[in-house]
Formats: sequence, structure tokens, C-alpha cells
Amino acid sequence: MTNHKLDPNNWIKLYSDYLFNYTISRVNNREIAQDLVSETFLAGLKAMKNFKGEATERTWLISILKRKIIDYYRKINSKKGQAEVRMSYSNHTDAEGDWLEERVADPFDKTAEDRLENSELGDAIYDCMSKLPEKQAQVFKMKTILGYETETICNELNITASNLWVIIHRARTALADCMEEKWF
Amino acid sequence: MKKSFLFISCEEAKHICDKRQYAEATTLERIKLALRLSWCRITRAYSSKNNKLTEALQKAEVSYLRNDERSKLQQQFEEELAKYQ
Repeated sequence: MTNHKLDPNNWIKLYSDYLFNYTISRVNNREIAQDLVSETFLAGLKAMKNFKGEATERTWLISILKRKIIDYYRKINSKKGQAEVRMSYSNHTDAEGDWLEERVADPFDKTAEDRLENSELGDAIYDCMSKLPEKQAQVFKMKTILGYETETICNELNITASNLWVIIHRARTALADCMEEKWF
Repeated sequence: MKKSFLFISCEEAKHICDKRQYAEATTLERIKLALRLSWCRITRAYSSKNNKLTEALQKAEVSYLRNDERSKLQQQFEEELAKYQ
């Protein structure tokens, strides 16, 4: 059996996006997700001596993160009473209709099965993205996932718009091929 | 005979198809692409793959850290890491 080793110098580079994606799909708040990821890395540093090498670095960090997410929900549940008092109906004064139904009904609510499938799909996309050359991955992420304007990316990375589209084309082709193998 | 201005190469069609995934293709570009798609098997295959990828990305709702967010995380972590090295 492979004896895995920890290399915290590469944690941010290799796992921050993966952990962030894992967290945000569970807490739906960018700031909280960042805090939880940061706490996970710090807890990982503290617990390094307990690492037995049986799991991969990523699996080990995810197991710490899962605990952090559970702790987070425990904490907000203990504050639930206060949160309910503070909750107001709506910020829109001209809103009409049955407020309770509007609040409760969520047209985008997903079933557990959908969530599982989307999370597996997210893992497949993440794995395919991690195989892209660094520059392609960076441009693709900025354009596709973070939704930056073409001009902003060009200015930040000092590339022309045609360069950007060539990079995007290469990244999309590589990703589509990879996803064809893994998912489609 | 002079080729119609609506005629585009396969490479140009792929480029328009990429732009279309980000809603950045103009109406004329979309018409040119539609014409090319009607007869070019290669463009059709590329377009189908490209659309599938966009659908998958939307469905999975993949999130990544922004550069400033990653820098902040990196800074916090490096400060702590220094204590362990």
C-alpha cells in the first residue's frame, strides 16, 4: 500500500479550490466557505503528526473540512433562536402574496439525488480542470467560473483578446475530451 | 465565383461557437455559425461537445477562489506555516 506524505507547502496551490468548491456547495456563502477552508488548513498543520499516510493528502484534508462544516452548522443551530427573531419578511416593501409560502417554497430546491449527482459532476470537472496547463486553467477559471470580463482578464494577465480566445478554445477542447471520458 | 460573406472557415466557426458559450457572439456571427452548422459535420460535433460542457458547468455550479481570495488565504496560511518550519 502506498504510504502518502504531507507537503503543506503545496496545499494552497493543490487543494484550495477543491476544498472551497466542496465547502461552498454546502454552506452557500463565499466568506464562510473561505473561513472554513482556512481553518481546515490550519487544523491540518496542527494535526500533521497524526497523519498515518493511509489516505491521500486530499482525502485527509476533506475529512478535516467535513468536521469543520459540521461544527459550523452546530454553532449556527445553537444560535437559531436569535436568528429567528431577527428574520424579517422581506426587504421589498411592495411585495405581495402569501409570505409564508413565498418563504418556504424554493423553486430551485434540489433533491438529495440531484445534489449527489451535481457533486460528482463537480468532482469530474475539477479533476479535468486540474489536468489543464496552469495558464489555460487560470484563464478558463477567470472567464467561465468567476465570470470576469474579457477586458479585465486581458489587463490582469497582460494578454490580447485573441490570445484569450485561443487559450479558452484549447481549454474547452481539452476539458470536453476529458469530460467525454469521465462523464458524458 | 466570390464566396459569400456569410461563409466562414471551420476555425472561425469554432471561435464563434466558443464566444457563443459566453453570450458574446454577435447576431451576424450567430447566423454565420448556423449556416456552417447546417452542412459541416466537424463544426456540428465541436458545437455539440462545447454545449454539453457549458451545460455540465452550469449544472455542477463549480466554484473557485478569486485571485484576491486565494492571496488572502495564502498569506494567512504562510504566516502559520512559518511557525511549523
